[in-house]
Amino acid sequence: MVSRVGFLGVIARLLLWSFLLCLAVVVVYPLLWMLVNGFKTNSEIFGNPFALPSQWSFDSYQKAWNRGVSNYLTTSILVTVTSTVTTVFFSAWAAYGLTRVAIPFGKAVTGVILGGLMLAPSVALVPLVKMFQSMGLYNSFWALLILYTAFRVPFTTFLIRAYMLDLPREVDEAAEMDGCGRWTAFWRITLPMCKPIIVSTVLLHILFAWNEYLFAMVFTSGAGVQTLPVGLMSLMSKHGTDFPVVFAGMTIAAVPVVLLFFAGQRYIVKGLADGIGK
Amino acid sequence: MRAMSRRAAGLAWVVPALAMVGVFVYFPLVENFGFSTLKWDIFSGSQKYVGLANYGKLVDDPVFWKSLGNNVLYTVVSIAFQVFGALVLAALIEGVRSERWPRALRAVYFIPSAISLTVAGLLFYFIYEPNLGVLNHLLQGVGLCGLRHSWLGEEGTAMPAIIAMSQWQGFGYSTLLFAVAIQRIPREIYQAAAIDGTGPVRRFFHVTLPLVREMTGVMIMVTISGAFQVFNEVMVMTGGGPNNSTQVLGTWLYRSGFVRNDFGYAAAIATVIFVVTLAIAVAQLWVARRRRVEW
Repeated sequence: MVSRVGFLGVIARLLLWSFLLCLAVVVVYPLLWMLVNGFKTNSEIFGNPFALPSQWSFDSYQKAWNRGVSNYLTTSILVTVTSTVTTVFFSAWAAYGLTRVAIPFGKAVTGVILGGLMLAPSVALVPLVKMFQSMGLYNSFWALLILYTAFRVPFTTFLIRAYMLDLPREVDEAAEMDGCGRWTAFWRITLPMCKPIIVSTVLLHILFAWNEYLFAMVFTSGAGVQTLPVGLMSLMSKHGTDFPVVFAGMTIAAVPVVLLFFAGQRYIVKGLADGIGK
Repeated sequence: MRAMSRRAAGLAWVVPALAMVGVFVYFPLVENFGFSTLKWDIFSGSQKYVGLANYGKLVDDPVFWKSLGNNVLYTVVSIAFQVFGALVLAALIEGVRSERWPRALRAVYFIPSAISLTVAGLLFYFIYEPNLGVLNHLLQGVGLCGLRHSWLGEEGTAMPAIIAMSQWQGFGYSTLLFAVAIQRIPREIYQAAAIDGTGPVRRFFHVTLPLVREMTGVMIMVTISGAFQVFNEVMVMTGGGPNNSTQVLGTWLYRSGFVRNDFGYAAAIATVIFVVTLAIAVAQLWVARRRRVEW
């Protein structure tokens, strides 16, 4: 009896492991295929899709870089960095105001800011295009900076506010007694205590801004203002027959965020779990 | 009076966030309703009030219904794979008696969620490509030549192919979140169940499932809401074709406005997306509140 259960147990575990590993292969193989195709020649790609390149050359990566990917990458970095700074600071200030300062209509203000979470960007698309055209910001870096900030402030505020609510209030009250103003108390005491959630929100915002497509596609068209996701589509339409170059461009776009995820996994998981679990 | 002005000064903390959200999220939303009552050519600037005519046009537009149907199909498949499939998967991974393996598997499954939908969509565009794609070569390799397709080029297979890519891209994300929820269940409950002789399958149904109910509810709402906002992958892989068979509300909105220059109609489609996503959000709040009272 015992040995039979043991035998079935081994079979079950074997099945479980084969399933989990097969799934891992299904996830990883396409990504490796993308990476390797960037090293192949066009005829090798059409010849045998499973084969490795006969020569590992960085030619296509270099070509992709020179055919616009360097520009797209620069724009992506610029938009990502600036919108991360504005989003996280605006949100941290708002979270501080909502949790530590008695402001008039506090509840309503909380509702308005967090309520933004429910609204889909596509719903606001048409009016936003008209608005940015009349402001002369259509097809500019500013459009993306503003939109990425506005549409991510609710989620980011939500996360930081939840964290601040759980922090002890005594410390900042003591700081105020010591005659330190609110501004100092925020920078010197509250913000440093919020470091873990700030790191989470920074990483989540980077993933968002790096990958965003709808706004980037609608609000930018010139090569100088396109971010990577849109730039890749331009690369595809301009050099769509030079497949290794397209694969190289895709790999260049994917590698930074994958590395970022592995480096900051702990914070990203925590941010996502807190954001959704509450 | 001084107290009042001091309280008002506190508003300075929230003004930047409030202004951004107010001007660029809420105001356009309100404006959208107005636009949906116009016949509006954005390039010539001509606007004409047409009342609810755009909504009437929606009802008669077969592509609108096709799009809505595709969004619903997206929702159903995503709930099956990214909510219930992911939940089972997370339970299987967390059941592995090891420290390192569950963490490694969770991380590997998550990788596609870290890369952009544009890269993932382009990647699968090539995988589905009939000549150089691995999918047809794989089918040929195992002797299933009859199953080869021009996956994104045929009306029958294009939408399922896009949805399949989306499951590949997103299941790791929800698996990770379910894994975190399962880790938060006290170990003692599982130990007690094991001592009582409860097998792993019954432990899943009687311990895990009830205790991650809240997370499951939230994930269902998030998945529905996401499925009604699909845009990126369809745009990248088919642009809505062939013959509008992969159109979803988001891409049909885009095409109606920015390609066919019918912005009033695009605004009407946006209103539909708004109503659906708002209804889901309200349902979520309502469920969350009711549960809080129960406890």
